[in-house]
Amino acid sequence: MFNRDRWNEIFETISKNKLRTFLSGFTVALGIFIFIILFGLGNGLKNTFQEFFLDDASNVIYLRPGKTSMPYKGFKKNRRIEFKNEDLEDIKKNFPMFTEYVTPRITRNAIVSYKNESNSYTTRAVAPGHQFVEKTILMKGRYINQIDLDKKTKNAVIGRLVAKDLFKSEEPIGKYINLGATAFKVIGVFQDDGGDNEERFIFIPFTTRQLIEKSNDKIGQIIITFQKEIGQLGAVAFENSLKKYFQNKKSIDPQDPNGIFIRNPTDELKESQLFAVVLQLIVSFVGLGTLIAGIIGISNIMVFVVKERTKELGIRKALGATPKSVIQMILQESVFITAISGYIGLFLGILVLKNIGLKLEYYFIKNPYIDFGTGLIATIVLIFFGAIAGYIPAKRASSIKPIVALRDE
Amino acid sequence: MYFNSVLTKKSMIQIKNLHKSYKMGSSSLHVLKGINFNIEEGELVAIMGSSGSGKSTLLNILGMLDVADEGDYILDNVPIKNLNETKAAKYRNKFLGFVFQSFNLINYKSALENVSLPLYYQGVKRKERQESALDYLDRVGLKDWATHLPSELSGGQKQRVAIARAMASKPKVLLADEPTGALDTTTSYEVMDLIQKINQEGKTILIVTHEPDIAQMCKRIVKLKDGVIIEDKKIKQVLASSNV
Repeated sequence: MFNRDRWNEIFETISKNKLRTFLSGFTVALGIFIFIILFGLGNGLKNTFQEFFLDDASNVIYLRPGKTSMPYKGFKKNRRIEFKNEDLEDIKKNFPMFTEYVTPRITRNAIVSYKNESNSYTTRAVAPGHQFVEKTILMKGRYINQIDLDKKTKNAVIGRLVAKDLFKSEEPIGKYINLGATAFKVIGVFQDDGGDNEERFIFIPFTTRQLIEKSNDKIGQIIITFQKEIGQLGAVAFENSLKKYFQNKKSIDPQDPNGIFIRNPTDELKESQLFAVVLQLIVSFVGLGTLIAGIIGISNIMVFVVKERTKELGIRKALGATPKSVIQMILQESVFITAISGYIGLFLGILVLKNIGLKLEYYFIKNPYIDFGTGLIATIVLIFFGAIAGYIPAKRASSIKPIVALRDE
Repeated sequence: MYFNSVLTKKSMIQIKNLHKSYKMGSSSLHVLKGINFNIEEGELVAIMGSSGSGKSTLLNILGMLDVADEGDYILDNVPIKNLNETKAAKYRNKFLGFVFQSFNLINYKSALENVSLPLYYQGVKRKERQESALDYLDRVGLKDWATHLPSELSGGQKQRVAIARAMASKPKVLLADEPTGALDTTTSYEVMDLIQKINQEGKTILIVTHEPDIAQMCKRIVKLKDGVIIEDKKIKQVLASSNV
């Protein structure tokens, strides 16, 4: 393998048979290149998909109050359940090991106006933790904070499209908008990967909302993010104990399906992950197909190369080349060429993928990529099968009697 | 020395009762039907015969490119038998030099590289190889053409490169299969002149030919017909240089 003379011989052969070298190298480089591109585009498709379905944090539990459908502990059925401020504190107090953020969400529709522009929007009265639940991305200014809650400030964080509708090109930060009958100061503008609807929300402190609604302490939904470390099973356990806790606290029959609703997106996630797995399978299948096509391409080239060299191999054998040295020469040459050109194809493919980035987002392909390991393994597989593909004709050529090879004019 | 030079010259090739037949479907074609001869060191032998007489088969067996069915073949006191491909390749490299009718130079290698190829398979170091190859090219008068590709050489020059290549491995025997078959008369005589000179330096040479004038330039003619030797005689050698 490290015989310098043999390498010399191989370099000489390669440099003096440029077309042949180019052809076999090109096949390999192209094979790897297409593999990388297809696999990368498949991953890009997966990226888009994940963004569509996995926009919000996946470690979220939604608690929504309902109406009881069974009488329990002296209460009649059809009783409306409500969450109150103390429930937030109780969750934090009773499940400190599980919870990350706890936030209420009071949803109201309101006519919102600025100067002459007005429109109907959904307002969400929340706590600071809500930003992490929805993965809200702030473009300007800040989100609702604890001081806003404590002082019940009339501050609002508006979506990108709200700003666009109401303010046109004007700078919204620091301006006042009329939200129903109350004036709110815009303190931040956000965007959200979840799509246009998500960017038409307005966030305000939930304490302010309660103040406006006659200083009550009702809080609509409760949204909790749990520690990711507790895992799937931990999440299920947490969800169950939460349910029991509130059924007990709000005196709801444990058999009643309607008193309280708990939604855990991990359930949905499982379904969408199944879809992602199918997508991954398709991508792998396409990749595998390309790789096999590449291997067949190399095999053909190798058969051609050995055929073309039959006479030369005959001469070499007449001059004293052993069958082993003939096979070794052909294999070493082919592995060398496939390795170099495979690497070139790998490099070019990754380069192209990097350059695509967001350019194909319109076609649902975003940030296509291939991890280097996969690319490298594909290259090695191609080299390996290239060597096997070369070995068979080389073996045959090495066992041809030199006199037969030489007769072939 | 005494024995070698005066009484008995050293025997280079001994062949006893050599048989070879080829299977052609159900029937078999008996090509060599018991060949016997000895060749001593320093001989220049022409093997003649019409096509189908078995002369090429004989040469192939002598060159270990083919194996006999029956009989003994002793080359320089080494019995040649039970050859596998690897062993045959090593013996060829060590004992034999080949010259072919169609030259069989490797077309992408220069004259020098072609000549040094057998040395590569002998495991000679690159620098030594090139020096030695250049020396042999010089001996056939082609030192100035060392870097040329075969396609840039004339037929006679190609055959001289092939002869230099055959000589480079310092073989015991030089086997030439119709070495002048593809050349015109003048060039043929030039090549024969070279072969005679190499022979005069003591090399044992076998030439397969069907041209009587080429055969006359050897020292001994062996005639084959239908797989047997019908004539084996020493002749008075005609010097090729006298014809040029």
